[in-house]
Amino acid sequence: MDNFSIKFEKFWQAFYTHNGYARVVVGLKNTMLIAIFGLIIGIVIGTAIAGTLVHPAKSRLSRFLKAFCNFYVGLFRGSPIVVQLLVTYYVVLPILQINMSSLKVCILVFGLNSGAYVSEIMRGGILSVDPGQMEAGRALGLGYGVSMGKIVVPQAVKNILPTIGNEFISLIKETSVVSFVGAIDLYVAFNYIGTNNYEYMVPYLFMALIYIVLVLIISSLVKAMERSLGKSDRSHQA
Amino acid sequence: MIEVIKLNKNYGDLKVLQDISFTVEKGEKIAIIGPSGSGKSTLLRCLNFMEEASSGSIIFEGINLTEQKAKLDLHRQKMGMVFQQFNLFNNKTVLENIMMAPLHIRLSKLRKTRWQNFFIKTGNFFRKNKKSLIELDTDAASIKEEVRGQALKLLQKIGLEDKKDVYPSTLSGGQKQRIAIIRSLAMNPKVILFDEPTSSLDPEMVGEVLDLIRSLADEGMTMLIVTHEMGFAKEVASRVLFMDEGRIAEDSSPEQIFSNPQNPRTREFLSKVKAM
Repeated sequence: MDNFSIKFEKFWQAFYTHNGYARVVVGLKNTMLIAIFGLIIGIVIGTAIAGTLVHPAKSRLSRFLKAFCNFYVGLFRGSPIVVQLLVTYYVVLPILQINMSSLKVCILVFGLNSGAYVSEIMRGGILSVDPGQMEAGRALGLGYGVSMGKIVVPQAVKNILPTIGNEFISLIKETSVVSFVGAIDLYVAFNYIGTNNYEYMVPYLFMALIYIVLVLIISSLVKAMERSLGKSDRSHQA
Repeated sequence: MIEVIKLNKNYGDLKVLQDISFTVEKGEKIAIIGPSGSGKSTLLRCLNFMEEASSGSIIFEGINLTEQKAKLDLHRQKMGMVFQQFNLFNNKTVLENIMMAPLHIRLSKLRKTRWQNFFIKTGNFFRKNKKSLIELDTDAASIKEEVRGQALKLLQKIGLEDKKDVYPSTLSGGQKQRIAIIRSLAMNPKVILFDEPTSSLDPEMVGEVLDLIRSLADEGMTMLIVTHEMGFAKEVASRVLFMDEGRIAEDSSPEQIFSNPQNPRTREFLSKVKAM
């Protein structure tokens, strides 16, 4: 145990006295930035894709759009996110001659990636709403868009909010690969601290702890949300 | 009022409706009876395009709906529909359920007029002969008040005004169905299509729903009812269509059909129903 306390001492020195914590803060900030903005982009893209896929139109244009959406979803679900990051950063952007900071690239790729996953969640949510709800709206003379937006989607969102929360959690965990393209995240920060004196045990232990605490906090928020949504199902008495 | 001409509906090779032709006059109450799978519900759903017919035409108030697809929503507003599964909007309270369609439609009309006025005004800036604006005698707040008042009146009529702020999941089947009926009434439809309105109700709740439908019939509402309640059909309907294998096998008065059916299939069906 003596050994461990020495290791802890060394870690503390690097972490606190030598300002290692500043990097940890930056790493944590980047992790959250990538996960939050990635999810926002993902929800926008996912909504657009799910909306296209569930639309009943059978015109040529809509068939083309549906095929494109399916291709997109297949592309981003069919390859590891590390590969997507590397290809975007080292292949696509240089070819297009676009200069982008690695943090922005990460947000972009995580957004595109989660768009594919969110679209599947949304599609499932919309399909899980009783088709009679849409029919009743249409039968009253409301348009497809209004019936969808005011009746079906609100019910779908209620069903899928917890799943979106889980998507957010997995985004946070996946951010641990962004150092592949040079972005600073928790791994980079703690790796730097460890490199200070070639002592990695305590730093990585701390890194693991931070991830676990982060995920625990968010999943308890998701659970609370789930509960309050479940309540409104049956007990909305006047 | 409604004229159906040679309506056909296929699901692949399966012919669900074959050469259906009939007319509905204003004020008629038509009961559609027949064995399951005979196409009764499909026929009703084709009338307001919940299902698209494969061929044939439906003429509603002189307009061929099969041609003018773009304005379907406008015609559906005049053609109420009541479903077997009620289909109240689960995310809306009872009052919101009733107000939703009339409110939305009247507000979007108001918005449209405002935009038109805006364009006229902009145009007038360059015109010598100023165009006059479209007169607006109402605003969003008073429309909302009006629709709300009408919805409350309808709720009073069925004695459920104390349920106005409740969500559908807390209501009994009979209450749900009666609210679904007044929800379609709130649009002031010319005709209401009832698709087995009592088939998914507990027996003790069938009465209250039939009473409401009966009172609408007495007020002169035109209606088409797909039903298995023979007694009700006999009492309320002014005309009965018996459907069998996608065709109208018999079309005559309830007295004729129930006491002296011409078609052997009708006779067989009615004797089976009576035996129960």
